[in-house]
Amino acid sequence: MSQVAHAPEHPTVTGIDNRKLLMWVFLASDCLFFGSLIATYLIYFGRSVVGPYPHDILDIPVTSVSTFVLLLSSFMFVLSLAAHTRGDYKAFRVWVFCTAVLGSTFLGFQVFEFQHFVHEGLTPRTNLFGTTFFTLTGFHGAHVTIGVVWLLTLFFLSLRGKLGADKNLAVDLAGLYWHFVDIVWIVIFTVIYLTGVALGPGVGK
Amino acid sequence: MASIAVARRESTFWDTVWGWVTTVDHKRIGALYGITAFIFFMIGGVEATLMRMQLARPEQTLVSPDVFNQLFSMHGTTMIFLAIMPLGAAFFNIIIPLQVGARDVAFPRLNAFSYWTFLAGGLLLNSSWFLGGGLNAGWFAYSPLTGLTYNPGHGVDFWAVSLLVLGTASMAAAFNFIVTIVNMRAPGMSLTRMPVFTWMTLIVSILIVTAFPVITVALIELVFDRAFGFNFFNVFAGGDPLLWQHLFWVFGHPEVYILILPAMGIVSEVLPVFSRKPLFGYPFIIFSGIAIGVMGWMVWAHHMFTVGMGPVANTVFTLTTITIAVPTGVKIFNWVATVWGGQLTLKTPMLFSLGFIAMFIIGGLSGLMHAVSPSDAQQSDTYFIVAHIHYVLFGGAIFAIFSGIYYWFPKATGRLMNETSGKIHFWLTMIGFNLTFFPMHFVGLNGMPRRIATYSAGMGWDFWNMVETVGAFVIIAGILLFLHNFFRSLRKGEVAGNDPWDGRTLEWAIPSPPPEYNFERIPVVHSRDPFWEQKHPHPLGVPAGASQQRPGNRAQQPAVAHAAETHEVIHIPSPSYWPLITALGNAIAGYSLVYRFIPGLFIGGALTMFGLYSWYMEPTVKHENKKH
Ligand SMILES: [Cu+2]
Repeated sequence: MSQVAHAPEHPTVTGIDNRKLLMWVFLASDCLFFGSLIATYLIYFGRSVVGPYPHDILDIPVTSVSTFVLLLSSFMFVLSLAAHTRGDYKAFRVWVFCTAVLGSTFLGFQVFEFQHFVHEGLTPRTNLFGTTFFTLTGFHGAHVTIGVVWLLTLFFLSLRGKLGADKNLAVDLAGLYWHFVDIVWIVIFTVIYLTGVALGPGVGK
Repeated sequence: MASIAVARRESTFWDTVWGWVTTVDHKRIGALYGITAFIFFMIGGVEATLMRMQLARPEQTLVSPDVFNQLFSMHGTTMIFLAIMPLGAAFFNIIIPLQVGARDVAFPRLNAFSYWTFLAGGLLLNSSWFLGGGLNAGWFAYSPLTGLTYNPGHGVDFWAVSLLVLGTASMAAAFNFIVTIVNMRAPGMSLTRMPVFTWMTLIVSILIVTAFPVITVALIELVFDRAFGFNFFNVFAGGDPLLWQHLFWVFGHPEVYILILPAMGIVSEVLPVFSRKPLFGYPFIIFSGIAIGVMGWMVWAHHMFTVGMGPVANTVFTLTTITIAVPTGVKIFNWVATVWGGQLTLKTPMLFSLGFIAMFIIGGLSGLMHAVSPSDAQQSDTYFIVAHIHYVLFGGAIFAIFSGIYYWFPKATGRLMNETSGKIHFWLTMIGFNLTFFPMHFVGLNGMPRRIATYSAGMGWDFWNMVETVGAFVIIAGILLFLHNFFRSLRKGEVAGNDPWDGRTLEWAIPSPPPEYNFERIPVVHSRDPFWEQKHPHPLGVPAGASQQRPGNRAQQPAVAHAAETHEVIHIPSPSYWPLITALGNAIAGYSLVYRFIPGLFIGGALTMFGLYSWYMEPTVKHENKKH
């Protein structure tokens, strides 16, 4: 009997696996991280001395599409976790790969958006809006990038047959992270895009 | 039956080094934390001594004003982030798994990563002394002093980046201890039976994982401003220097409790043992600890009374700050009531804990004075504040840390420290500390500003400044005696046995030093002071967390029973060098960020990723470790 397989099965006080509890605590901590970035954005909202201002440059329809893509990826991940849990590893690989592709598509949108803004004359050095916008969305993009790498890692591990039923938790943890990153984006989308443009010219300065 | 035979072969010097470099044992990591942090404590002490020598007499020119600025900035940063916090972490590491009845922390390799990252951050910060000079803008690094305009050198970059690295280390450790305490307690140890030190560690860890993200964001903003020309604190682009102050103190005040709550935990362990009484008002101590942790978030702007926030904000923060004194006062009353009427044994740990109470009360009272904003307007930026912070952090935290060292040294090493030396050390520290810091109240109220490199004669400050400098050397004498005692006792101290103090908590039930696996069998806990109840079935005083059993039953059923299911195999996590590699990646990325060397950032990042992947793929328990 392999000792390795037995090692992690010590019962815990709460019944929650240590690694899962670690992930929850990490995500709570990450909330404070994004909370502070969003607070900075809001404090500096409307305090840029020169343009471009949010309503000049933010494109709601395009970003709505990328938001939808990210939401869809969360849905795909739900399917992939369900597949892994019932032991259908082939379906798991299909769905997790789709999730990673959708995540990458979101990142593609973001790269496109950043390039477009720079072309329009908005860089982090231009004004407070540029500084806070690129920092907040950039750190979110970094989180998505890590998530995509994580998902692809799971995909390749599964291809090599190293992600069996005993590794269901590994899939679960990636899912917690991925859904969290998705929720953070919904907050960012609401705060920066919807609010920033809805308040219109004059307020977003 | 558990048979534990750890194979030992003849080990060479390099085997020993390799063993420490790759260790994932919480006790060894705790020792590494303690030794490293004490070295940084002495570096911070040298910085303080240089300042005291400069200020001993008026108009001295021992150091230039520029060097003086670096000395006080680096002294504050070093003592807070490299000495007191990691000394606390040393206690968490060595004691928490023993107190909760666990074989190790939840994530042993993450624990090793925390230590190596802490070391990397500490070396990064202190290397700035040799690479163009350290931070010179105070430990709180107010904007716009930290902007490129006023601070073109790399001191600020070293400071900001090293705090990012140190923050990573602290958060990783805090995640680990939250999971360990929540999930790995021995059967029967409910939250209401958890030792107070464990409770305070849990609260501190929660404060760390919530407060450090805020300073992380502030530091990222500062680094991005300096390295990439962002506008966060650029006044010409509409940036607001007060944003830095708010973010810094939103973190900074919880940080004060991150520093003091472990001290309160240590004192709450030591006082009952040396009074031979259960802790008075356990639930009050726990709930006031939680209250302090929550209310610590609502008082930050008391550091900003003089920046012109307006009367409403000043009043609100005055009121919240006065309110937070209530739970702190509750704790002090409980400690006094614990000692009251007890059979006191005035051993060195007890002396330091009693010293803590006395000094901390003075620090708390002076804190209440500048909690009131009009009074703070008089005291702000004077030596009165310097006196206050040292009564809280030296008279408070450092006294408790010494108490903890003398108290748990026999558990960690198997030998007792010398009592006579310990007592002399206590009195030297007590006298030296008060000589150094009490007169600062006088010169502060007399108008002596802090952070000045020198002062004119005839201001009425000469005498007390000389007294303060003399006091500093008395403290140094105490520290040297402590070091001598420490290293001598390691080799020649009296053998301690399992339980030299007649302890109450689980760590005293196992051998000193504890075996690698801590508990041969995981204990089952039936009361708040499980080991005490086992040794003294007829309760002395009020049994803490009293069970309903009659004494007759109690005798047959020891408070520390052992779990019925005996593990045939004790799994000891394998050593690993991946945490070190991962931390090294962070260090490379850190230096690259300081010097704005983008390829280095990628190299460091790649090494970190490589380390994490290898760490993830490495089995936690290898076959070679199999016992039979
Ligand atoms: Cu404060």
